[in-house]
Amino acid sequence: MLDDFTTRAALAALGVALAAAPLGCFVVWRRMAYFGEATAHAAILGVALSLGLSLPMVPAILVAALAMAGAVTILNGRGHAMDTSLGVLAHSALAAGLVAVALLSPVRIDLTGYLFGDILGVNKSDLLVIWGGMGVVLGLLFWRWSALLTATLNPDLARASGIDPRREEFGLTLALAVVVAVAIKVVGVLLIAALLIIPAAAARALTHTPEAMAMLAALLGATSALGGLWVAFVLDTPTGPSIVCVAAVLFVLTTVIGGLRR
Amino acid sequence: MPQLRTNTDAGKDAGKDIVMTAPVKPVISARDVSVRIRGQQVLHDISVDISPGEIVTIVGPNGSGKSTFLRALIGAVPLTSGHIEKPAGLRIGYVPQKLAIDPALPMTVNRFLSLPRRISAADTHASLARAGATTLGKRQMADLSGGQFQRVLLARALQERPQLLLLDEATQGLDQPGSATFYTLVEELRRDIGCAIVMVSHDLHVVMAASDRVICLNGHICCQGTPEIVASAPQYRALFGSGTKGALALYRHEHSHSHDHDHTHDHPMTTMKRTTDAG
Repeated sequence: MLDDFTTRAALAALGVALAAAPLGCFVVWRRMAYFGEATAHAAILGVALSLGLSLPMVPAILVAALAMAGAVTILNGRGHAMDTSLGVLAHSALAAGLVAVALLSPVRIDLTGYLFGDILGVNKSDLLVIWGGMGVVLGLLFWRWSALLTATLNPDLARASGIDPRREEFGLTLALAVVVAVAIKVVGVLLIAALLIIPAAAARALTHTPEAMAMLAALLGATSALGGLWVAFVLDTPTGPSIVCVAAVLFVLTTVIGGLRR
Repeated sequence: MPQLRTNTDAGKDAGKDIVMTAPVKPVISARDVSVRIRGQQVLHDISVDISPGEIVTIVGPNGSGKSTFLRALIGAVPLTSGHIEKPAGLRIGYVPQKLAIDPALPMTVNRFLSLPRRISAADTHASLARAGATTLGKRQMADLSGGQFQRVLLARALQERPQLLLLDEATQGLDQPGSATFYTLVEELRRDIGCAIVMVSHDLHVVMAASDRVICLNGHICCQGTPEIVASAPQYRALFGSGTKGALALYRHEHSHSHDHDHTHDHPMTTMKRTTDAG
């Protein structure tokens, strides 16, 4: 069954969407949308690292994404507004990554695959990495759920209950880096943040508790993944952007329904 | 300064006796605590013991480190020197000064109360009832009014059956009767669950009337003691002027005859009280 490239593509898209959407809820709740973007853009630096030093791709991207998270943490609280620091870092990382890839790769390589994903090129070991990453992310969210939620609500409230908010925040950063590393093959650097944010935002309109929002986000993310793949197949459009377009349509639908119910 | 605490008022209630009796192990202690935030010395050499069942109010001008002190007690700010002593597993109820819930985060009152530990529906209902917010369980946190929100925060702080309750300007956004009710509730709580309470407030008169001890903070501890003693302390008057003393007298002067009434103010209730005083 896994020998069929469409099956592999479907499983890859599903795996990424199922991990990204619930994590995306935290990204939305904590107003980390730009942070997600910056981490995703740093992935292209990871690609350069991997090409330049002949390292395996996924660990190289993990390192780049975590380095970006560290840089954001350091710059934040140095007198710049968060969105300014992130704007500087996200675009610098993307540009530097693109330049570095061009300099480091012996032959001129096609960057489209990294920027927009290459889901039809997913092989069995990619699939293993994607589902492994999804397992790690969902496991972490499930294990730390209450602590993460309390720390998201208010760090001091978490402290008073004996939770270290910085540790929880680090857990989220780690999960974000993992999602970025496994999602690059599916939707590419430019659209990873969309898979985090759009399903979560779409789920918000119809839900009243954080748990319901995370579950609906996962459902909407999975629907977008499979729906987008199908659209891409039928209309012969690029897969990553098609997935994001379906997610955007779902966002419009839930927002309208939510507005009507109010 | 124990001698400042020996003022026994007939009007004071239960918890105070606990303070009066032989030295008990403090619920929490700060020892020579200093805190620096972005190069600014916010607190220096603060040493405070909080006894079980004691209600302590911290007053001080803006930027005097009141909130920072509470945050230091829960371990949320790094200390530059000194330390906080508390028994392992101390249950702390904390009502922060500001809690902005992002509208992107859907959160019912019931769910909020079960954070971080799941609590039975019956217990949730009981703490809402105690905080006077019985009907709010199914509402979204974002839709609550200021007063309702404060009550829910208090209900959550009570969930863990705290041994220490920390209230950081808990009556913000409440009107005068609202905050008076809130502090009555606080005194009831101390009586019912016997927790120590440390609160920061700007409602000087109401709060001080409900306190066993007042700590006047301005980076360091300017003075501390019973409300009467602090209110007449020169350090306190230097910070707040003598105007607030009139307001304090409004609530306390049945038990205190030491302060002067030579200032004038036009608060109607004060006038009324002063008439009785004269008669």
